[in-house]
Amino acid sequence: MRFLFKTDYDQDIRIAKHSGYYWSYGLLLLIVFAAPFFLEGYYIGQMTQLYIIAMAGVGLMLLAGYTGLVSLGHAAFFGIGAYTEAVLTSNGVPLPFMDEPVVFPFFLSMPLAAIFAALAGVAIGVPVLRLTGIYLAIATFAFALVIEEILSRWESVTNGYTGLLVESLYVGDLELTDGAPFYFLCLGLLILVLLMSINLLRSPTGRAMMAIRDSEISAQSMGVNLARVKTTAFALSAGVTGLAGALFAHKLGFLSPESFTVFQSLELLVLVVVGGIGSLHGAIFGAIFVLALPQGLAILKDYLPTSIAETPGMEPFIFGLILVLVIIFEPYGIYGRWLKIKHYFQMFPVYKKATFKRQKAYMKSERLK
Amino acid sequence: MSIGCIYALVALGFVLIYKATEVVNFAQGELMMLGAFLAYTFISILGWNYWAGAAAAIFCMFFVGNFVDRIFLRPVLGQPQFSIVMVTIGFGYMARSAAGMVPGWGTETYAISTPFSSEGMSLVPESVGSLVISQTDLSVIIATIILCAVLYAFFTHTRLGVAMQASSQNQLAAYYMGIPVKAVFSMIWGISAAVAAAAGILLAPTTLIDTSMGFIGLKAFPAAVLGGFGSIPGAVVGGLIIGIIETLAGFYLPPGFKNVAAYVVLLVVLVVRPQGLFGQKTGKRV
Repeated sequence: MRFLFKTDYDQDIRIAKHSGYYWSYGLLLLIVFAAPFFLEGYYIGQMTQLYIIAMAGVGLMLLAGYTGLVSLGHAAFFGIGAYTEAVLTSNGVPLPFMDEPVVFPFFLSMPLAAIFAALAGVAIGVPVLRLTGIYLAIATFAFALVIEEILSRWESVTNGYTGLLVESLYVGDLELTDGAPFYFLCLGLLILVLLMSINLLRSPTGRAMMAIRDSEISAQSMGVNLARVKTTAFALSAGVTGLAGALFAHKLGFLSPESFTVFQSLELLVLVVVGGIGSLHGAIFGAIFVLALPQGLAILKDYLPTSIAETPGMEPFIFGLILVLVIIFEPYGIYGRWLKIKHYFQMFPVYKKATFKRQKAYMKSERLK
Repeated sequence: MSIGCIYALVALGFVLIYKATEVVNFAQGELMMLGAFLAYTFISILGWNYWAGAAAAIFCMFFVGNFVDRIFLRPVLGQPQFSIVMVTIGFGYMARSAAGMVPGWGTETYAISTPFSSEGMSLVPESVGSLVISQTDLSVIIATIILCAVLYAFFTHTRLGVAMQASSQNQLAAYYMGIPVKAVFSMIWGISAAVAAAAGILLAPTTLIDTSMGFIGLKAFPAAVLGGFGSIPGAVVGGLIIGIIETLAGFYLPPGFKNVAAYVVLLVVLVVRPQGLFGQKTGKRV
């Protein structure tokens, strides 16, 4: 067992709480950096996909998990990022004062995709700031549907349902958007995004975000500028998701509006909830869940009698079932369960069941009469 | 106009649940789909009379709604609103794929034979002008009016209806007055599911029945918001307005606008007048 003594105020906001952090996360880093040298191409691709989805998850987690603003339309930002990246890196964009259309290199286009998505986030964030809770969710939902329609109708840019080819990127002779190089690109960006989020969350802005999540009115009374912090959260969240979208564009290699539907938004939300709302670990766990579930089911199908295995629509059923079960039995998701398991071993012989006991909750009305 | 009535009915279901339990049910469209499939089972597979089949489907959906509340929603009562919404989304997933798995339902498209023909009939004499409407559409409109009247009578004139109103206004006070609030919630879910089933049955001749029918439910959001979430007449008026706007957008604007017109209206309403047409402005309790 480990006892942490507080000897310093800075201890509360230190990234590594104790020396064990260096060991465990160092080992994890070592594994993920060594992985492409040992794995086959297929698994490298899957891991890359995992990092991209996890990054989008982190984006939504900043908004839904830490600021308490639920967005049902994050696929829109994902899509905006992806299409921006595709358009900027392919045939080039005609700019004023330039004779030829400009083709952007990736180190410019990816930040631009993120910024563009962030601007869209601000554009939707500012007018809907007055809304909270379910109205906000519905507004973002409507926004996502409108964006989806724009992506499919604005054919001169997005090519509509015919789809848009995404060019591969090269640095010298090295193809950056395939295999191990792309793996390292995604991994690096994910680590960057995670570090940014960790640092954000221990800064005044991040703590203001959490204060808003816990009680908007108390936060306001303590001098938090609601409009500014909420807009910042929206912009950051959309930006991170947009960056993930830009990487996703290269992963897919071919974009069509069908990849960015409402279902994608719901899947991101499920990721956040099942992973564990209100923790960055949760975004990673959730991404693993979303990616592993279809594969796990496919493996499971081999062992089931054909009459059950061949039924169509089994997958969404299990998806919905797990979502419902997680919310009913483990509201903090996989990460919550992980904490409990960790706690069990840390306290080994004397695990106290009551440590994580939930307080009995009563229906709280949000109406004021 | 008739599609507006369908939106109105689905929105009515939303509003009933929201008003009483403060839960936004994202699976309302799926309840509608289940209702339509049940009707299809009774009428086309078992070969019952149309009216008997429809009534049986509505009756069954009442119990399905009850069941959904008992199984899925009661355990999460008191958790943040967002978790409850996620539960309804999860239920929507399950309902959609479950309907695809049931033998005899499957993923294909079905039709119910109705006593209404789809031929047009004129409402006013030829000499006055031409106002032609198909019997199917007329049936939808009349059924909506009847349902609204029945619901109105139920809420104002029966003991149970008044109990429901009471628990929607102040749950704690209603509980102290001896109203079994949990049971009332289940009843509300049942009624809402029954209304959804009625909408599904009425919609069946126009769009046919398949598992993705529930997406109409998403169009009912703009209707409910436009009318002011939590106002029953608002839901009906909102549904009609959304239906009309959509039809007009289909006529006068380039293609593509028809699909999003409702959502654009929704965004505008939320920005300009978040409480909707008939809603009350409410503060937030700390």
